[in-house]
Amino acid sequence: MTENLLEVKDLVKHFTLNGDLVSRIAGKTQTVKAVDGINFHIRQGETLGLVGESGCGKSTTGRLITRLIEPTAGEIKLHGEDLLSFSPKRMRETRRNVQLVFQDPYASLNPRKTIMDILSRPLEVHKLATTWHEKRERVLELLNLVGLGSEHIDRYPHEFSGGQRQRIAIARGLALTPELVIGDEPVSALDVSIQAQILNLFRELQEKFSLTYLFIAHDLAVIRHISDRVAVMYVGKIVETGPVATIFSDPLHPYTKALLAAVPEADPKKPPPRLTLEGEVATPIDPPPGCRLNGRCPLATSICGEVEPALVSVATNHEVACHNL
Amino acid sequence: MSEPVLEIDNLSVRFNLKRGVLRAVDGVSIKVGKGETFGLVGESGSGKTVTARSIMRLVPTPPGEIASGTVRFEGRDIYQMSDEEIREIRGQHIAMVFQEPMSALNPVFTVGSQIGDPLRTNLGMSKQEARERTIEMLQLVGIPSPATRIDNYVHEFSGGMRQRVMLAMALSCDPTFLIADEPTTALDVTIQAVILELITSMIERFDMSLLFITHNLGVVAHACDNIGVMYASHLVEMGSTEEIFANPQHPYTVGLLRSIPRLDVQEKFLTPIDGTVCNMMDPPQGCKFHPRCTQAMDICKERIPEFKELSPGHFAACHLHEQPTV
Ligand SMILES: Nc1ncnc2c1ncn2[C@@H]1O[C@H](COP(=O)(O)OP(=O)(O)OP(=O)(O)O)[C@@H](O)[C@H]1O
Ligand SMILES: Nc1ncnc2c1ncn2[C@@H]1O[C@H](COP(=O)(O)OP(=O)(O)OP(=O)(O)O)[C@@H](O)[C@H]1O
Ligand code: SF4
Ligand code: SF4
Ligand SMILES: [Mg+2]
Ligand SMILES: [Mg+2]
Repeated sequence: MTENLLEVKDLVKHFTLNGDLVSRIAGKTQTVKAVDGINFHIRQGETLGLVGESGCGKSTTGRLITRLIEPTAGEIKLHGEDLLSFSPKRMRETRRNVQLVFQDPYASLNPRKTIMDILSRPLEVHKLATTWHEKRERVLELLNLVGLGSEHIDRYPHEFSGGQRQRIAIARGLALTPELVIGDEPVSALDVSIQAQILNLFRELQEKFSLTYLFIAHDLAVIRHISDRVAVMYVGKIVETGPVATIFSDPLHPYTKALLAAVPEADPKKPPPRLTLEGEVATPIDPPPGCRLNGRCPLATSICGEVEPALVSVATNHEVACHNL
Repeated sequence: MSEPVLEIDNLSVRFNLKRGVLRAVDGVSIKVGKGETFGLVGESGSGKTVTARSIMRLVPTPPGEIASGTVRFEGRDIYQMSDEEIREIRGQHIAMVFQEPMSALNPVFTVGSQIGDPLRTNLGMSKQEARERTIEMLQLVGIPSPATRIDNYVHEFSGGMRQRVMLAMALSCDPTFLIADEPTTALDVTIQAVILELITSMIERFDMSLLFITHNLGVVAHACDNIGVMYASHLVEMGSTEEIFANPQHPYTVGLLRSIPRLDVQEKFLTPIDGTVCNMMDPPQGCKFHPRCTQAMDICKERIPEFKELSPGHFAACHLHEQPTV
């Protein structure tokens, strides 16, 4: 069995809302339990797909792993080493191997820099290219990989379409051929043809360099295509995880089932998607005790409002957190 | 079609850049009727967003320039309106959900004031009314704990929550026309379904019309009445949703539909259209798709195909349909 490249243990991130002094005195301070004790691992060369409700903590997880933010509690291990104890210097070196493709390219690309500047910067920092010609060549190569022509190299980010910007962000993420790429909705702004090209590119790079991916996406067909295993999150928790084929053909958690039932198929003659969950989206702000799907779940019983279900193994590699399977 | 609310006629938009002229939109004509949902799909960079922004007069000029064409809203030419009139249109009649939330949201104001302030200035609501309406809108778009969240800043929201803030903002003034540019890309499918239901209910209640730009062909299939397909600044195909999915006539549309990843099986590699989009500052002669088209003929390299009605309501621009079949 291959080594675990990444291991995440009991990872917690709580944010404080209205944490200023005035609000604290007025008792208006609240805690968002964005990530609330999650465990997962990714083996070298593997792709873990991460899906879940909007606001459930996926991007927060990605930012924790790259240490853009520090966790409230928990462990992150890279190649078995405690990433959280890395010195700033060691962390800077490690960043070369752990790259995040941000969910929002508009906000993550510096508007005052050209594409050449943006893409050559990491090459400079890590001394992978020195002369102007070397850098230019490598940047053109990167643009070409993501389907952008050489005419774009001296333009600024705001002069691009949404999908073009997203591809620039992907090129930046791949520039250093990292070991682990965390793609936070990296193909959501692309038409399906370019999306197919980029997904094929991810796959080719994985085969060539044994890249490891944590792939966050809402498009379940994309997740189905790219992942080896899938983790499903709901309000700060992982509720189900397993091999991709199992999750799609034999989902067990009511939230996973609800997700799959809500996918609109690209055929107007097929029935429209169904919503199997009722009621309000659960809140990560001081969530009530018990299962976080309680109140919306068609299978809920009295225990669901009292005891939080633990993630337990139901088959090889298949884990589910639910009292009533 | 019912009376068109929006009529875009022969619109061309270009950007005059240092390195040359970029034709972002070239001769696009679209009509959207009252209560109709028109889906605009196509290649990334093909001009969908620029088309949408032109309707609101939001293309930055310079470097942008409306090179030709007209945009009419309820019969009035948008580009002949005074600043006063266009402000009124933007605030009360046409609302837009922008593709990238952070391009339209302000990091230094709370979410509540960004939704609520326009309600006070445009609709004359009191502070209290605007706040109540804002909480109600946040609730409708599925933001949990809206009464708390209203006082937060956008950086405290997730990507999909920001997108829903923009939706709440756009829908809060009960627009008669909504331009939604990728409004559900950052949403999971269950919340997406809630949002689509909300939009449908507004179409039914207010006879709202919708220009819906999206790459999600599953959403298009179920949400849109008619579809336009864009490639390299041109509208290359247009027709009813059923027609486009069952009977696509332009090779680009066919390739696009074939690229959709499947949910039932895992394929190792997907089937994209070969090649990449042309350089828009130096596009090829003739049909812009010819370097990638498997059915390209000699004439395709020379002449731009005409946008022709092939059957009632179904248009395509392709030489395959111009010549009598041999
Ligand atoms: N800096 C912050 N301060 C306060 N709350 C935050 C902050 N960042 C994220 N949150 C909250 O944490 C929760 C999880 O956010 P996160 O961005 O991880 O969600 P997500 O799963 O990526 O959602 P989406 O699919 O919409 O992108 C949300 O409730 C969000 O409002
Ligand atoms: N402000 C600008 N300055 C210069 N060029 C621009 C500007 N905005 C857009 N463009 C160019 O105009 C063309 C059309 O862009 P547009 O944003 O309309 O594409 P789109 O169809 O919305 O693509 P996507 O699906 O990727 O969002 C692109 O080639 C883009 O690079
Ligand atoms: S634990 Fe109860 S509420 Fe939670 S998913 Fe299972 S049945 Fe539903
Ligand atoms: S006009 Fe010619 S090149 Fe263009 S799509 Fe039709 S067959 Fe292909
Ligand atoms: Mg996110
Ligand atoms: Mg766009």
